[in-house]
Amino acid sequence: MKLIKSEMAGTVLEVKVKAGDWVNAGQEVAVMESMKMEVPVVSPSAGKVAAVLKSAGDFVNDGDALIELA
Amino acid sequence: MKDLAGLTEKLKRGGEPKYHERLAELKKLFARKRIELLCDKDSFVEDGLFANCLDESLAADGVVTGLGMVAGRRIALMANDSTIKAGSWGARTVEKIIRIQETAGRLLLPLIYLVDSAGARITDQVEMFPGRRGAGRIFYNEANLSGKIPQICALFGPSAAGGAYIPAFCDVVVMVEGNASMYLGSPRMAEAVIGEKVSLEEMGGARMHCSQSGCGDFLVPNETAAIEIVKRYLSYMPQRGGEPPVVTKTLPPEKGDLRAIVPDSPTRAYDMHQVIRQIVDAGSVMEIKELYAKELITVLARIEGRVVGVIANQPLVKGGVIFSESANKAARFIQICNAYGLPILFVEDVPGFMIGSQVERNGIIRAGAKMIHAMSTVAVPKIALIVRKAFGAGLYAMSGPAFASDCVMALPTASIAVMGPEPAVNAVYFNKMETMSPEEKKSFVADKVQEYEKDIDLKRMGSELIVDHLVDFPDVRKEIAIRMGYYCEGLSTRLAPSPILPM
Repeated sequence: MKLIKSEMAGTVLEVKVKAGDWVNAGQEVAVMESMKMEVPVVSPSAGKVAAVLKSAGDFVNDGDALIELA
Repeated sequence: MKDLAGLTEKLKRGGEPKYHERLAELKKLFARKRIELLCDKDSFVEDGLFANCLDESLAADGVVTGLGMVAGRRIALMANDSTIKAGSWGARTVEKIIRIQETAGRLLLPLIYLVDSAGARITDQVEMFPGRRGAGRIFYNEANLSGKIPQICALFGPSAAGGAYIPAFCDVVVMVEGNASMYLGSPRMAEAVIGEKVSLEEMGGARMHCSQSGCGDFLVPNETAAIEIVKRYLSYMPQRGGEPPVVTKTLPPEKGDLRAIVPDSPTRAYDMHQVIRQIVDAGSVMEIKELYAKELITVLARIEGRVVGVIANQPLVKGGVIFSESANKAARFIQICNAYGLPILFVEDVPGFMIGSQVERNGIIRAGAKMIHAMSTVAVPKIALIVRKAFGAGLYAMSGPAFASDCVMALPTASIAVMGPEPAVNAVYFNKMETMSPEEKKSFVADKVQEYEKDIDLKRMGSELIVDHLVDFPDVRKEIAIRMGYYCEGLSTRLAPSPILPM
């Protein structure tokens, strides 16, 4: 199990994957909004999405998990 | 004395064959091979080969020290020999390191540390640890040589406990992935003393130090690559602090379209590396701390053959916002540029310093102050190029108009303000908007945002002399190159040796 984490505090703008999807390393899986900037979140590794833990509008801190990979 | 040649040859072989075999297993090179790869042929002269030679198993007492040439330039170096008691420090090892530091300081030559050492020889501690010429003196010397001569470390193996401070005091550290490590207490000690179970890689591996702790500057796959990085880095450096490096021949920048790189939407991310490559000589970029605090880019490069330091915000990572880590990274890089006479180009697209409780607890204010302090007190020229956003203290930290920049120039896409339009409207009219309906609020904000944007219009920034110049995309490189030439006039008379503080 691997977690894709937020790298900074901000609000989730969009989650681009859903449970069951396959993601590649380096793929953009979500977009955050922070400091009025769109901040892409990329997956550090390849894997199948086991769960989406946050959704659009949620506040997350630096280090909070957004997506769980199986 | 009989058979000097035989003794010399034996000492130059280092430790017993089994230790050389162990090196090969780890894909490590013998200390003398490292020196051979680094130095020009037949240029190396060694002192202290006979240190501790009454005990022939302690060849050179585990460290090679001397003077050599790198690409035709004189340097001083030390290289731990890990085939002798794992490169550990005895009394004469320490004395030899201290002496080569003194020599480098006297002759004002760059000093290169090729490190691969298990640390103190505990059995010899009274002779090598506590006294006036004990190991502490090595760090005293490094700190006092800082900024006077380039000090470069290549880390090929461990640098444990006190030994970890040799790299930490150098200007830059190259680390070989898989073999290099730095730690105060080993994993075994951590388990015994604090109960933590952790691997060596996690504790103090090269990748960790290059991406998380900030102790490493260059992560390389093998020793040959490490030596190449040392040589290349040295090519950007002068022989000593207080004099700028030599200007080499001009190369045109990479082909491309600067305008097309910068998105029209102010919130969209893009890769600032591409912008830098459109400004500097093709192939001249050498990035420092590439893996650490990637929201801020620090590179050595050449513009029309002149070495410059480039500090740029990276919108692709964390929106280009400055964090404590990036501020520390910038502060240190600014000090390196100042010590070695490199003019600094700030390439700006910064929404500001990060806000929120997490970063406040992490000391974002003192890190920001450190960066602004470093930037404010340099003697080298500073040019700021505002590409897109220059908001809040971001404008200040990136060599804003109030910080005696030689020139602040803005591209047509630039925007200078305390903060972006929406947060500004929210801050000013927060109370007033509380009583409004959602529809009322929306149109009110839209009106005020428009008003705000007019207030900070770029033409006005030119008219009010806030920026020195408005520059169009095709002219950026030429403008910077010509100005750097003027601003560097008589630079060596303005430079004073200035130390580089550890991060």
